[in-house]
Amino acid sequence: MADAATQGQTAGDTPLLRFEGIGKRFGPVVAVEAFTLDIGQGEFFALLGPSGCGKTTLLRMLAGFETPSEGRILLDGDDIVAVPPHRRPVNMMFQSYALFPHLSVAGNIAFGLRQEKAGKAEIAERVTEMLALVRMPDFGRRRVDQLSGGQRQRVALARALIKRPRVLLLDEPMAALDKKLRAETQFELMELQRKLGTTFVIVTHDQDEAMIVADRIAVMEHGRLAQVAAPSEIYERPNSRWVADFIGEVTLIEGMLADGAIETGLGRFRAAIPSGGKKRDTAWLALRPEKLRIDAQRPTGGELNAVAGTVFEIGYRGDMSIYKVRLADRSLMKVALANTSARGQASFGIDDLVWLSWPPEAGWVLTR
Amino acid sequence: MGRKTSAFNVVSVALGLAFLYLPIVILVIYSFNGSRLVTVWGGWSLTWYRALLSDRAMIDAAWASLRIAALSASAATVLGTCAAIALTRMGRFRGRLLFSGMVYAPLVMPEVITGLSVLLLFVALDVDRGFWTISIAHTTLTLCFVTVIVQSRLISFDRSLEEAAMDLGCPPLKTFLTITLPLIAPAIAAGWMLAFSLSLDDLVIASFTTGPGATTLPIRIYSEVRLGVKPEINAVCTIMIAIVALGTVASSLLAKRGAMRRERAALSAQM
Ligand SMILES: Nc1ncnc2c1ncn2[C@@H]1O[C@H](COP(=O)(O)OP(=O)(O)O)[C@@H](O)[C@H]1O
Ligand SMILES: [Mg+2]
Repeated sequence: MADAATQGQTAGDTPLLRFEGIGKRFGPVVAVEAFTLDIGQGEFFALLGPSGCGKTTLLRMLAGFETPSEGRILLDGDDIVAVPPHRRPVNMMFQSYALFPHLSVAGNIAFGLRQEKAGKAEIAERVTEMLALVRMPDFGRRRVDQLSGGQRQRVALARALIKRPRVLLLDEPMAALDKKLRAETQFELMELQRKLGTTFVIVTHDQDEAMIVADRIAVMEHGRLAQVAAPSEIYERPNSRWVADFIGEVTLIEGMLADGAIETGLGRFRAAIPSGGKKRDTAWLALRPEKLRIDAQRPTGGELNAVAGTVFEIGYRGDMSIYKVRLADRSLMKVALANTSARGQASFGIDDLVWLSWPPEAGWVLTR
Repeated sequence: MGRKTSAFNVVSVALGLAFLYLPIVILVIYSFNGSRLVTVWGGWSLTWYRALLSDRAMIDAAWASLRIAALSASAATVLGTCAAIALTRMGRFRGRLLFSGMVYAPLVMPEVITGLSVLLLFVALDVDRGFWTISIAHTTLTLCFVTVIVQSRLISFDRSLEEAAMDLGCPPLKTFLTITLPLIAPAIAAGWMLAFSLSLDDLVIASFTTGPGATTLPIRIYSEVRLGVKPEINAVCTIMIAIVALGTVASSLLAKRGAMRRERAALSAQM
């Protein structure tokens, strides 16, 4: 699992952060298991997985609030498992923000520096600087309960950044924001990370969010690492059906490996066969909806794979429509069609007979 | 949007308040009665307050009561807060159930039994009964009330606040002092006030554990009333009510001022 292939692009020589065979059990519950991962200096890294898969537990072990049941966590090559939270050079932004209600905005932001016994002048200067950084220059005197959700989120961010941590940990930082604000905040966070060059490790269950903000994503499944790679790699070349299904929309067709193709109940489709795959192995062809063409006639073109079906359901989404097409074996295949009438795309109605087609390189063959 | 004030609500609130406060109001009014007879209104006067000033025994008893209440409330607050922290924070330590049961027992234990058992203890230990024995017995009585109040605050306390403080470099003990304590201070103050009032008004346990030279106000009042209600007693009780009321108001004002002061301190960092 932990070889270079699952790790995606390797991150420099000595990684800033390394999880080495980390496991964590709460009584009978296994929250994290055999988790090995490197995170490089300056990366914007996302831990992505469905709720309950152990993301928060992993982050809390990094911050020092939980002790791993096994394994080591290395920061700059040193094992930090035994270091208490208040001595770790990492800071965390909590999901609930955890702002101190008895302190003002400035008091909250200054808290970390106060612990270092920094001088009054320096604290004042850095607090002003952080307030400017999160674009809240005039809010220092406000009480925390006078802030909106978005403002609280920024204060929490400023408070976690003021000590210039080696790693900033963010636990579902945008879960409490509404959709529009979330989109804005995602871009602000990316801009901030580029400007500061700090390593960000974000935890999220929102795959869109992870894809937008992160340089690399670790997908987690039941406390285990499923895949680590750049967002495009995870989307285009998932390493398992589970990852393919978790990230975005996909249609999976079961079949058997053949020579440069996969034999399925719907026919033989040309596709690149994974290097380790043997003939007659069970495999699945993964097709993303936006990579398929939909036509009224069978398209011509020697290399194209094609399959016929009838339109079963149309989901209108504004920018695009998702067609569910029923195939000969009664399974459904999803096709996305951009609603660009200017391009003269044909549109179809329920029960229309259609042909779906894709070039061999648009499909991705999975063996597990 | 505004809530309707129906006749039913008004009446039930009025009845409830009357039930609670009518006897007290009557007592307060009669403490200003000019007549010697408790049941006859003789016009407004401060006679009985003046009489009180020269009643040495009554003043001594009041002073003893206040000292015992302050001492036992303070001790109960410290111990009760510690117990509350142990109960909420130490997880499932061995004997937790027994410990919490033992902390809460005096809450429902008849005072006569508490008083008697404490008395037996003091007798067995052969200590002189008086100021200290009453204070200790009152600490025993009021500790569990403080624990209940502080514990309910701690249960609703957001632990991530403490984690955030530690994450920002604050060691555990300092985190408790600078984050946890200020936030639960109102509950602790409320616990102290309750303990103080309970001690001030306790007759049963004080009677069991008192000794020569340590007469508390309730003991004094009770022994006087047995010989007939004197208007002077009304005056003493009115003063007690005033002290308790003032204490409650003061503690809430203090809590508010503390919050404002903290805010100003934080502001100076920003300037
Ligand atoms: N303190 C704890 N005690 C017991 N079980 C826990 C504790 N923290 C987390 N878990 C369990 O560990 C698993 C992973 O939880 P978590 O890391 O919070 O998941 P995520 O953040 O991915 O939603 C869950 O099954 C959760 O119930
Ligand atoms: Mg979580």
